[in-house]
Amino acid sequence: MAEYDTVLIRYGELTTKGKNRKDFIRKLDQNIRGILKDYGNLEYRRAYDRFYIKLNGEDAEGICEKLKKVFGISSFSFTEKVDSDLETITARCVELAKNSGRHTFKMISRRHDKTFPMNSDSINRHVAGAILQNTNMKVDVHQPELEIRVEVHSGDTYLMSEKIPGAGGYPSGINGKVLLMLSGGIDSPVAAYELMKRGLDVEAVHFASPPYTSENAKQKVLDLASMMSEYNQGRMKVHMINFTDIQLAIYKAAGDPYAVTLMRRMMVRLAQQIAEQNGCLAIATGESLGQVASQTLESIACINSVISIPVLRPLICMDKVEIIDLARKIGTYETSILPYEDCCTIFDPKNPVTRPNNKKASSFEARFDYDRMIAEALDQEESVMVHPPVQEDYL
Amino acid sequence: MKRRVYLDHAGTTKPDPEVLKTYTALLADHYANSESLYDEGSEVHRMMEKARSAAAGLLGVLPGEILFTSGSCEANSMAVKGVSFACPDKRHIITTPIEHSSILSACHQMEHLFHYDITWLPVYEDGRVKASDVRSALRPDTVLVSVMHVNNEVGSVNPIQEIAELVRKKSSAYFHSDLTQSIGKVPVDLKQIDLASISAHKLHGLKGSGILVKKTHVPMEPLISGGEQEFGLRGGTANSAADTVFAKTLRLALEKQEATWKHVSALKQRLYEGLSELEGIEFNSPKDAIPHVLNFSYEKIPSEVMQNELNRRGFMVSARSTCESNSNNPSYVLTAMGFSERRASCSIRVSLSLENTMEEIDLFIEAVKEMITQYG
Repeated sequence: MAEYDTVLIRYGELTTKGKNRKDFIRKLDQNIRGILKDYGNLEYRRAYDRFYIKLNGEDAEGICEKLKKVFGISSFSFTEKVDSDLETITARCVELAKNSGRHTFKMISRRHDKTFPMNSDSINRHVAGAILQNTNMKVDVHQPELEIRVEVHSGDTYLMSEKIPGAGGYPSGINGKVLLMLSGGIDSPVAAYELMKRGLDVEAVHFASPPYTSENAKQKVLDLASMMSEYNQGRMKVHMINFTDIQLAIYKAAGDPYAVTLMRRMMVRLAQQIAEQNGCLAIATGESLGQVASQTLESIACINSVISIPVLRPLICMDKVEIIDLARKIGTYETSILPYEDCCTIFDPKNPVTRPNNKKASSFEARFDYDRMIAEALDQEESVMVHPPVQEDYL
Repeated sequence: MKRRVYLDHAGTTKPDPEVLKTYTALLADHYANSESLYDEGSEVHRMMEKARSAAAGLLGVLPGEILFTSGSCEANSMAVKGVSFACPDKRHIITTPIEHSSILSACHQMEHLFHYDITWLPVYEDGRVKASDVRSALRPDTVLVSVMHVNNEVGSVNPIQEIAELVRKKSSAYFHSDLTQSIGKVPVDLKQIDLASISAHKLHGLKGSGILVKKTHVPMEPLISGGEQEFGLRGGTANSAADTVFAKTLRLALEKQEATWKHVSALKQRLYEGLSELEGIEFNSPKDAIPHVLNFSYEKIPSEVMQNELNRRGFMVSARSTCESNSNNPSYVLTAMGFSERRASCSIRVSLSLENTMEEIDLFIEAVKEMITQYG
């Protein structure tokens, strides 16, 4: 990659969004700069349908890995800028082909500047002819080992490597902010990914029950948040709630079958308040219909009935297998399956009710002063801002 | 003291200063048992697991597929015996006669103590085995095929990708490769490989540290039964500082792989040309061996004599596998390649790294020249 001097970024589905387009591009611009802020020498340029980053010697491979995680990018390529002059273009393409170490190639040219004297087909033929003469490479239009793309604009022409697929979706933050309930399991990080992909800025809330849950469990949640923050403009706020007293009170008041239902009702009440205090317009969960007792439709209805804020459930109709595949893809799976107790497993009830009803749940709740306990838990809330994992110096 | 020149990098390597620094810091500050529940123990555990993930990332495998061991010997033993014990219905192993002694002995044990059938693949003059021979040796009851990637004595490169693919497609056996002499020297793709052994001290890391890569689908019985360490496959308190620093060792080695290749290629070229001019020197390394190793024989002077004299003159080299250096037998690798007993008893192995210089090579050539004149 060493020869390329510029990254060309193609916008994602935001190109379809007529009048909001400017906002989208501005946000994407901001997010790209944010995620690449450690590369001090980069120069950025925004154009109508493309975004350009001049590398100025910065590490192309590192930048490539970061860009793959920015939502709103449909694809990007590493490019070299040359004058829009046929002989210069041809000479550089021959160089690129020679140094590639590949055996077959294909030319893909586009003429954006219609005043350029040759059409794209003629450019293809001219350059390919020169490569065939000067190297041992052969043309393969179906499965080439190397694609050489030439985009002729007025003044400058971009020669580029293969198209590297971007993450797609909308730029993070463009569609507002939500509060995700992050347990540390497999599902919630995947839910975060889906929300972020739709352009939502995600904050998280985690409920810990020390000493029943360990420091390791808390650290695991922070690790997951840190991984997800790469998709979230390079940071993610995590609200930590101490849930022990409420959990103990629930068990005293309700006992086994309704414990989980009540626990979830308390959690969403807390989440609603945190969301409101932090400018989140909705809360979100990693629930998938039918997965566990608290995720039946009856349970969801009974839990949802105690709050008024919208609840987004991006995984609601996904199979566990699909969720696991996505977790592997985004790299959270291995961390999620680390066996630390979370507050849902710690009092693991033997006979959780699968069809709870609202009346019963409310009558159990009337046995203790949960409003006061919720207020206390909120008072003790601690929030942490996490950032993408850094290379530890012992690694 | 006379200048000493180290030309035995296939035997072991000098620890990288950065590895040493990290290791001593870990030893001093993070001595808690990684299995302890208090914060200090959790921290050690966390660091080890991060290192496991980092190493896995570098090798393109899952973190759960990295087992920390005391080195390649142990990893090789685990691969041969651990897999065999877990699949008691299948009692046939295929390997090569040029493997490291840890594979050979493990196979001999399986043969003599448990009556396993061992097929020893033919080795050709180029120091390699052929995939087609593996194919004809495979049987329904073959449990394991173990073929080293790069041979430690001559530097020949076995076609392990081809063999791995074949084993996967044509049999239900598992494929193990000893990567001790290849990782950090040549690119390795672990996609098709079920088990692989790697040692840290060949990579400018620590002695007593290494890994076995064991893919998730491969069954295994522990050789050291104990606690739940290493997923229950290796009991004993983790050697956490060494395990943690393994990731850095591997990363540094891989980062330097290309530069090392270039550097030692130039050195070997000079060495090869210099020795070629001396009458009676025969090269045992095949032409397409890795540039890090050059093995040659001078039939008028036995290995041991040559080594003693080279040592006196300040050069550190080996004759054969360092683990075998106390035996006076001819090199079994060279014998398997079809060389005469005499030639196999007079071999010298020079192995290079980024730390060697052209000047050292010139000095070495000069020394060999003088010795030949004096004793030849």
